[in-house]
Amino acid sequence: MNRIISLALLLVVPHAANALNVFACEPEWGALVTELGPPDVELTVATTAFQDPHSLQAKPSLIAAVRSADLVVCSGADLEIGWLPLLLRRAGNRQIQVGAPGHFLAAEYVRRLEVPKVIDRSQGDVHPQGNPHIHLHPRNISRVADALTERLIEIDPDNTALYRTRLDDFQRRWNQAAEEWEERVLALNGLRFASHHRSFSYLADWLRLDIVATLESKPGIPPSGAQLATLLEQLTPDPPVGVIRTPYENEKPSRWLSGRLDIPEIMLPFTVGGRDDVIDLFTLYDVTLHMLEQRAP
Amino acid sequence: MPADRTTQYPTALNEWVVIQVKISKVSILVLALSVSFFSAANAQDATDDVAELRQLVEELRHDYEARISELEGRLARTERMAQGARKDAGDAVALVEQATIDQSSGSSAANTFNPGIGAVLIGRYADVDRGWTDIPGFQPGGEIGTGDSGFSLGEAEINLKANVDNRYFGNLTFSISEEDGAAEVGLEEAWLQTTDLPMGLSVTGGRFFSAAGYLNGFHMHADDFVDRPLPYQAFFGGRYSVDGMQVRWVAPTSLLIEIGSEINWGGGFPASANAESSPGAWTLFSKIGGDMGDSHSWQAGLSHTSADAVNRSGTTNELFSGDSDLTVVDFVWKWSPQGNSNERSLKLQGEFFRRSEDGFFEGIPYNGDQNGWYLQSVLQFARLWRVGLRHDIVDANNGVLLAGTVIGDPGRQSYRDSLMLDWSPSEFSRLRLQYTNDNVLDVSDDQWYLQYIMSIGAHGGHQF
Repeated sequence: MNRIISLALLLVVPHAANALNVFACEPEWGALVTELGPPDVELTVATTAFQDPHSLQAKPSLIAAVRSADLVVCSGADLEIGWLPLLLRRAGNRQIQVGAPGHFLAAEYVRRLEVPKVIDRSQGDVHPQGNPHIHLHPRNISRVADALTERLIEIDPDNTALYRTRLDDFQRRWNQAAEEWEERVLALNGLRFASHHRSFSYLADWLRLDIVATLESKPGIPPSGAQLATLLEQLTPDPPVGVIRTPYENEKPSRWLSGRLDIPEIMLPFTVGGRDDVIDLFTLYDVTLHMLEQRAP
Repeated sequence: MPADRTTQYPTALNEWVVIQVKISKVSILVLALSVSFFSAANAQDATDDVAELRQLVEELRHDYEARISELEGRLARTERMAQGARKDAGDAVALVEQATIDQSSGSSAANTFNPGIGAVLIGRYADVDRGWTDIPGFQPGGEIGTGDSGFSLGEAEINLKANVDNRYFGNLTFSISEEDGAAEVGLEEAWLQTTDLPMGLSVTGGRFFSAAGYLNGFHMHADDFVDRPLPYQAFFGGRYSVDGMQVRWVAPTSLLIEIGSEINWGGGFPASANAESSPGAWTLFSKIGGDMGDSHSWQAGLSHTSADAVNRSGTTNELFSGDSDLTVVDFVWKWSPQGNSNERSLKLQGEFFRRSEDGFFEGIPYNGDQNGWYLQSVLQFARLWRVGLRHDIVDANNGVLLAGTVIGDPGRQSYRDSLMLDWSPSEFSRLRLQYTNDNVLDVSDDQWYLQYIMSIGAHGGHQF
């Protein structure tokens, strides 16, 4: 009986009142909060690398997490349109509503790619504000880090000095790493890949990869057999060096196409936790570059 | 960028000078050597000079190669940096451009503040032999029944939602349908919700879907079957809508614990419109829910609705006055591999209803108990395909006095079994085929439905 009571207490244990409580929509922002937030930050990350941030539901556990959050850190640009507004409405937390300092959307601080000229659902599940998967460009991380620190200071001014130190330290390490990555970029310049969804546009922009085709003919619409056959025909004369996808995207279309073209199918980590050796933003970039370098001539 | 970049070229120049100097040294040595040959110096001297010359040339070549490869490396790095700088410059230009665009798009067009507008189009084809409009033993209310055979347009639903200001969120849903050739507009929802209350509190006011039960909080276009389960039709008239106020509180815990209360002044079944100044019904509800690992999520709910009916007529003209107390227990459990519901998912949900009514029906003393439940499961077995199975049943015990009225004891249970298959090529469209074996009346009926549900406009929410 005592055990049951203590288990019940464990389940309903209230969040610590003093620690800064952050709700991150995606693992990359969770990782950034770990770098920049206070060491005792209480962090909830809504999705894992194996969950599609487009299609998540407003689960009870997330409502509970948003209820106690001082800050919500998400990608924005409509990536979480299906569930974040519901969480905000259900959680009864005024600190993290749209427009409040506790509502932070990373995509607002970077230049977004692929802003559609035609906004019509016949084009698939388009994001009117552009591609929201912004985290695979080192400069974007750096800019979001600056903005996030300003936000942390606004919410928790008592720790201003701490946040400034954490940011300086992070930016120093990040710039150093970015310089090393820049050395490796050249070898990847112009490498041609096919991609399942437009998940790697910023990575391709940075590395100047050539994404010759996406398996989805329209964003969010899974490829049909006929579409894949057409794609195979198009790519056969001059096949790309690999087919890349995220851990949460269906492997079957990629496997089929790569099998036919006799090129590797590559599941990039995409975000923190996408592979066992990807434990933070630094290893995310290291591992991603390493995997792509395997395909360089 | 390294700070010493600007000093690289002068350094390289210095090194070139050093090399040139060495080359001149070699020339002088060669000159001296030839002179010594012509002057017929001794052989030993010549050998020494040749050896020295060789060593010098070797040194020179080594130096040369090392320096050339270093310079090549520098050149490559410089090229990369130049490329990076070009790219940065390009990006800077683009950024400025975007900033300009952002500023210029801030025009004062009248539609800038338009709310999110979404519409849902529903239609169906039905093949029903023995349809029904009321369930034996239950006073019918709301919009229930099997509907007619043939093609029929469902309700076209139009929804508008937006933040009102920094304190309220507003939501309006109206439905347009056709009844006997005349268009009918229904007000489904019209509510405001606070967004700035402290401590996990929120207040909703206006017309809204009650938080009693699980399915009641959903729009019908989000249902997994063509029609609502029998207990929903019997106890809520399809859906329990409240005209009044709701207060919710979410506990500051890692497990979702939510409690709330509603007061209904309106006439939404099972309340009645005749309640005038005193509220027609109130509800207490609580929900708990959470995750088990990445793959499992669950929610359970308990609610109690107490209605004070005064001449509640439902859809027939027979009147009930008295107390109606309804308790609903609900649960839903969802599974998907690693929590990724793109390709595979399973949902199991069930709700149990128990109602006691005490008062007068058509002037006859009436003290009846009714029960009902449903259990359904939906399996997404491929990205676009789902199959679902549902069993729903209701049972009334109203006593012998009411024989002859609409709630006269049927002496048996009403139940159905349904099987559905649906296909959703995108998040915004769905086609559904459903088969129902219907035993609501005392003769079994095989029913087939084909339904389409299309959403246009603002992106709908993924409600759990």
